[in-house]
Amino acid sequence: MKFLKEYRDSGLARDILAEIISISKRRVKLMEVCGTHTVAIFRHGIREILPKNISLISGPGCPVCVTPNKHIDEAIEISRRPGVVLATFGDMMKVPGSASSLEAEKAAGADIRVVYSTMEALDIASRNPEQEVVFFGIGFETTSPTIAAAVLRAEKENLPNFSIVGAQKLIPEAMRALLAGDEIGISGFICPGHVSAIIGVKPYEFIAREFGIPAVVTGFEPVDILQGIYMLVKQIEEGAAKVEVQYNRGVPPEGNPHATAILYQVFEVTDALWRGIGTIPGTGLKLREEYSRYNAVTKFGIEITGEREHPGCKCGEVLKGMITPLECGLYSKACRPEHPVGPCMVSVEGTCAAYYKYGKRSD
Amino acid sequence: MCLAVPTKIISIDDNIAQVEFGGVLRTVSLDLVPEAKIDDYVLVHAGFAIQIVDEEEALKTLEMFREIIEHEVS
Repeated sequence: MKFLKEYRDSGLARDILAEIISISKRRVKLMEVCGTHTVAIFRHGIREILPKNISLISGPGCPVCVTPNKHIDEAIEISRRPGVVLATFGDMMKVPGSASSLEAEKAAGADIRVVYSTMEALDIASRNPEQEVVFFGIGFETTSPTIAAAVLRAEKENLPNFSIVGAQKLIPEAMRALLAGDEIGISGFICPGHVSAIIGVKPYEFIAREFGIPAVVTGFEPVDILQGIYMLVKQIEEGAAKVEVQYNRGVPPEGNPHATAILYQVFEVTDALWRGIGTIPGTGLKLREEYSRYNAVTKFGIEITGEREHPGCKCGEVLKGMITPLECGLYSKACRPEHPVGPCMVSVEGTCAAYYKYGKRSD
Repeated sequence: MCLAVPTKIISIDDNIAQVEFGGVLRTVSLDLVPEAKIDDYVLVHAGFAIQIVDEEEALKTLEMFREIIEHEVS
């Protein structure tokens, strides 16, 4: 496991923290837009060790959390059809839709299987040609190429019984939407490591150019995160606004052009509905016309109307960084990991789940 | 959830690799990084290798920080 020890070196982490403290004068709010960062920040206690003038805010970086009920309801509806196997990532099982969850549907007899990868879903399709295998596709730019690759494999291996519920999202334009309606005063972005491993750094340049704030693509180990914060604070203190990469070992400037080519061979950009945020132009993906036969929603003629959210759930405001989970009346009362009301408590990457797991009960 | 730990490619057969992760072998697709070779370290996401880890850059990043800290101390 290469470069694990080095990036978990507590001595180096302490030294970087000391540097942050020595250069940091201004009050700053840094937002991470990756659920893995959110979890890592909590797990390593990074919020607690930073000086008081540096606040870390979690943004809409948890793909499960930003998936609106419409798509969950679609997946549930499809799972009820005879002869269907619905394959999904495990985190989606417990997320409450408008009236049910995949977990409840499975308990009621639907054939819903948790898979680790789209390849597993393809494998099920290949071994069960008499069944329709539908993959519930959620995720950002890191996951979407794996869904595109699966569609291409399904075509190559002639698996007409494979299709997807596409609910993927794109991150950079969501960051633009957050900045355009910024009510919290974001001073800098900790950009996601593995989304960037695919898309590279160019898609973030507008953040510095149009909004005048810095962005640093950051890795996931404690030294990575502290280093990313140092680079952001340094830019802010110097009045600079650039896109930098701390996570050079995983993110070449151009990202992974082969993966993006596969992604955009299969999908094209469209608008997307984000839970609690609404429709954000240019943040969704839809199958291109030539691959539209892999669209499970049209294949099964699904039309969802009347989807609804839990009235007390403040997941949307949490996702925008406007409130912390502590400001939601349901948090740790009606909404707990064993009985989640909203997706931010379901997913391990959800801000509410991270607050709960790491014992955060007050600010 | 992104798996932040680089995994080492042990063998490759028809664009499917065996990678070692904490002493355990796992199967991952190389469809997104077809240029990956045996002994490369790769980032893995949802059963796919998504990027080859650049060892030189990894060392440079660490070195850059050691230099800053040493400079500040001296």
